[in-house]
Amino acid sequence: MTSIAVIDYGMGNLRSVSKALEHVAPDAEVLVTSDPEIVRQAERVVFPGQGAMPDCMRELDGRGLRPAVLEAARTKPFLGICIGLQMLFERSEEGDTAGLGVFPGTVKRFPPQAMKDAQGGKLKVPHMGWNEVMQTGPHALWRGIADANRYYFVHSYYVEAGAPELVAGYSVYAFPFTCAVAQDNIFAVQFHPEKSQTAGLALLANFVTWNP
Amino acid sequence: MGLAKRVIPCLDVTRGRVVKGVNFVGLRDAGDPVEIARGYDDQGADELTFLDITASSDERDLILHIVEAVAAQVFIPLTVGGGVRKVEDVRRLLNAGADKVSINTAAVHNPQLVADASGRYGAQCIVVAIDAKRVGAATDTGAAPAEPRWEVYTHGGRKPTGLDAVAWARRMQTLGAGEILLTSMDRDGTKSGFDLALTRAVAEAVDVPVIASGGVGNLEHLAAGILEGRADAVLAASIFHYGEYSVRQAKELMASRGIEVRL
Repeated sequence: MTSIAVIDYGMGNLRSVSKALEHVAPDAEVLVTSDPEIVRQAERVVFPGQGAMPDCMRELDGRGLRPAVLEAARTKPFLGICIGLQMLFERSEEGDTAGLGVFPGTVKRFPPQAMKDAQGGKLKVPHMGWNEVMQTGPHALWRGIADANRYYFVHSYYVEAGAPELVAGYSVYAFPFTCAVAQDNIFAVQFHPEKSQTAGLALLANFVTWNP
Repeated sequence: MGLAKRVIPCLDVTRGRVVKGVNFVGLRDAGDPVEIARGYDDQGADELTFLDITASSDERDLILHIVEAVAAQVFIPLTVGGGVRKVEDVRRLLNAGADKVSINTAAVHNPQLVADASGRYGAQCIVVAIDAKRVGAATDTGAAPAEPRWEVYTHGGRKPTGLDAVAWARRMQTLGAGEILLTSMDRDGTKSGFDLALTRAVAEAVDVPVIASGGVGNLEHLAAGILEGRADAVLAASIFHYGEYSVRQAKELMASRGIEVRL
């Protein structure tokens, strides 16, 4: 029986994430927690997030979770979701916030002047809805998932990875942007697998059995 | 290829039950929100919207249990609206498993609620619902029609507010709405199609996504909401509830009209 810690730093609803994990891994112990010790003891860690990144970083530090998150990102299967992806980078334009710096790169806002589709029509921000995720290569977490499958997104900021080899997937919204990164024991996505029906559950199922 | 246009079935809920009957094959309980949600999920719905129309406030907590039960079994985004008056209401719905909360009447009475809720939980989970009615309607009598305008109504379309719907949508975006759910009260229940001029006026006025609602009677209406109304998503209740069309049929029709959908 594997234990999965879902890191709770007080920024909203983690029920969907934990329910989706329980759905794909009925025998796993899924713990929504803000206790650094439980994060340390868990075999796997999910790092979700929603809301504004300055608030997320403040709440994370307010609960003393930073060292446990950084340790997990070095040592065990680690899945970042949405802001949980963005926080792994060095810096965000959102409130000019420093991130955890696990990965080189920055988080940028979709620039209003660039938000046009191929026909010149206006593209809305937040980028909200189901978009295609292009896989840049094979990965254990893409196993059994078709390339260009659609996942549910809702975000106004995107990551610009400082090292191209980090990129595991991208989507196109006005321009191609990185929506999945992978390195060693870390996989992190901009979209919401817990809200992406079959394709999302497949990715989570791959995560709970992943042995990087 | 890129972002798909969304098709969103809407379920009216009162006292913990879905009001309108649904004709899903094999449905044991036509009023059970969880079974209905699962049915729409199977059909390929992109999101679900629950509108709590419970009249008495002491029965309103039932919606929380519904959201919890649905969120444990259906893994697509859930929006919940109806009776949201305080930031605390938003918090409780999000904690129950809602991904977005829709604010309607309370946004008019207290616009700061939108700012407060958005500031706390993020614009991505705050939908402002706007019920609009045409005023000084353009006519087909041959007289030069005035530029059409729409007024915001509250209380299910009963109370006029004097607010211009397009300006109001812009203001709600500025205060922190991440999405606008736009319902034409002239068309709601008529099955004559969306008010496309209204939809387009609002969709072009704001930078956040707009969901068109009110008046859908057939699948062509959904396509028109996207192609002519420029909406990012379309919402319908009765055409899906009564089994006239499935969500999948809706998306296939839209795809045949050149609209990008998730099939």
